[in-house]
Amino acid sequence: MSLLSVDELAVTFGGRGMREVNAVSGVSFSVDEGQVVGLVGESGCGKSVTSLALMGLLPNKGVRVGGRAMFRTGRGETVDLLTLGRSALRDLRGTQLAMIFQDPLSSLNPVVPIGVQVTEILTRHRGLRGQAARKEAAHLLDRVGIPDPTRRLKEYPHQLSGGMRQRALIAMAVACAPRLLIADEPTTALDVTIQAQILELLKELVDDQGTALLMITHDLGVVAGMCDTVNVLYAGKVVEAAGRRPLFAAPAHPYAHGLLGSIPRLDAPRGERLNPIRGSINDTIAWQDGCAFAPRCDFYVDECLRGTPQLAALPRGADGHDVRCVNPVMTGPPETTTLLDKPTTPEETASGGDDDPDGGDGEGPAAGGGTDEDTGTGSGTEASA
Amino acid sequence: MTTKTAKIDRLAELTARRETATGGSLWAEALRRLRSSKMAMIGGGIMAVFVIIAIVGPWIAPYDPTAQTWRGEVRVNAAVFVGPRGDNWLGLDHLGRDELSRMLVGARQTLLVGVVSTVLGLTIGALIGGVAGAALSFGGAAGRRLDTVLMRFIDMMLAMPSLLLAVSIAAVMGQSLTTVMIAVGVVQIPIFARLLRGSMLAQAGADYVLAARALGVRRRRIVLGHVLPNSLGPVIVQTTLALATAIIEAAALSYLGLGNPDASQPEWGVMLAQAQRFFDQAPMMAVYPALGIIITALGFTLLGEAMREALDPKLRS
Repeated sequence: MSLLSVDELAVTFGGRGMREVNAVSGVSFSVDEGQVVGLVGESGCGKSVTSLALMGLLPNKGVRVGGRAMFRTGRGETVDLLTLGRSALRDLRGTQLAMIFQDPLSSLNPVVPIGVQVTEILTRHRGLRGQAARKEAAHLLDRVGIPDPTRRLKEYPHQLSGGMRQRALIAMAVACAPRLLIADEPTTALDVTIQAQILELLKELVDDQGTALLMITHDLGVVAGMCDTVNVLYAGKVVEAAGRRPLFAAPAHPYAHGLLGSIPRLDAPRGERLNPIRGSINDTIAWQDGCAFAPRCDFYVDECLRGTPQLAALPRGADGHDVRCVNPVMTGPPETTTLLDKPTTPEETASGGDDDPDGGDGEGPAAGGGTDEDTGTGSGTEASA
Repeated sequence: MTTKTAKIDRLAELTARRETATGGSLWAEALRRLRSSKMAMIGGGIMAVFVIIAIVGPWIAPYDPTAQTWRGEVRVNAAVFVGPRGDNWLGLDHLGRDELSRMLVGARQTLLVGVVSTVLGLTIGALIGGVAGAALSFGGAAGRRLDTVLMRFIDMMLAMPSLLLAVSIAAVMGQSLTTVMIAVGVVQIPIFARLLRGSMLAQAGADYVLAARALGVRRRRIVLGHVLPNSLGPVIVQTTLALATAIIEAAALSYLGLGNPDASQPEWGVMLAQAQRFFDQAPMMAVYPALGIIITALGFTLLGEAMREALDPKLRS
């Protein structure tokens, strides 16, 4: 059984006199040890709500959570994160589960030195105090690549650069070697060069400790560079789940296809129009009446409105390539896709026929995280503040 | 009343949001800004002079503030009041006591009332507000109920005009200096409670609290180590401003005859009240204590305003 298996997770916001909003309506995926799983989608598709639900950090008023999220703890027990008691969950957080947030500045307490915030975690979970805690904190900062850690421990968050703040947060998250790390858009607030360094660091930690990483992002460049498997979310449901290469080589759901097609490329001729997905996400479209993506879809057929499409294996697709669509796109990737520039296996070369092999360095702004090869180049130390 | 409540909450929210947005070691930054502010320097200077006078006043006073001096011949319709002269720089009052000595000695009482009542209001108010804010943010359903009970109680206090509340308390407890302190202090309780609670609520929703929760930090530690230190900014500013209000309110209570009846301990408010009867013959008798109160309150207000500005994001360059 995998480390975390989420089964039909549903989150509904609502209250007396308010219209109910289904933020997440039946998301299923699983994460294995040492695996990097991506959760991709545009704003409002339920990415962050999914992660908060798994951590038990949703407000307890006006929120209904359904489904199951079975997590195998270090002691070998399997617990349901969604029904676990509050104090049991609190003990789990930090030691077994940890989370990294989007904005490193606001995620650190502005009036408390970094050192206090790091040692606080060590005291809470590992019982370290005084000199021992400070030493371990310095060691942690050193491990995430913060130069001169002993001095940095005494500094306040505003005295660190953006990249170092995110490093400090990562140090806090990995302080107790959690089994699952959830990263909610960890690079969104950072410069492109720092993004690459942070992704490289996360990758290192995953490789060293066998930590599983659930990567929540809207940045397809990050997905291309990091994830082993990818779940594409739309309107609170997984619409496509596949390995990284099959997804980028042959996105089958029209939404995933559209996402990849909408990435601008640097080497495009001047004045060429962008290819956006038309319309915007709309939470009033219920999945019960048919596919929620249908109104925005270019491959729309009558059958799309006959009940909820099921997440099913793609005919003629790679192993584990599931798609929730009655009329999947079978033509290969949109021609602007350049995120995976060098297909490694022959059959992927065949399926990704439209991919221009010379366009590999034409990385668009949306692909800021860099590709496979690019993340390795940014491992130098960033300038300190 | 609603607007008053809303205003305090809004102030707390604004200040809190700014702290989250700009980050940084709040206190070092604020202190640096205070030093470069002319307003803060003037306010601080006035406060320093006032505090020094309050401490050394009784020793530098040229006369015993209760000793009566012969004021010369008493004649019908003549000015029996002695104005400023060589021996008595500020003149004598209606009983022939030296005004300068009374002002110097009275500063101590005035400062005592201001500080004690503000500390009283701050302590109880911050306690109620802090408990309510922590309970509402982290206490679940029981916490929400506790917050409701505490805040409705505070709202009841806020609903009463502050001077009326102070007068009622003073009337019930009788005439003494302690009464004045308690009455003025009680009036400050709801303001501090509302302010700290609102500030804490804003901080409880901050990202770093979510991040701390995501790493399993205990609730008590989050409240004491994260939320509270970030919520104190507006409370500290309010304390300075409250000192000025407390001095004025104490003077008002004394003026209304609810102050310290002990004539051996002059107090500016009482002096002002007594001068009222002789205002047409000796207006200076009222001017001295009034000026004293105004300048002192101005000093505290200037410092408070400067602190508020030092902590305000929009005025930061």
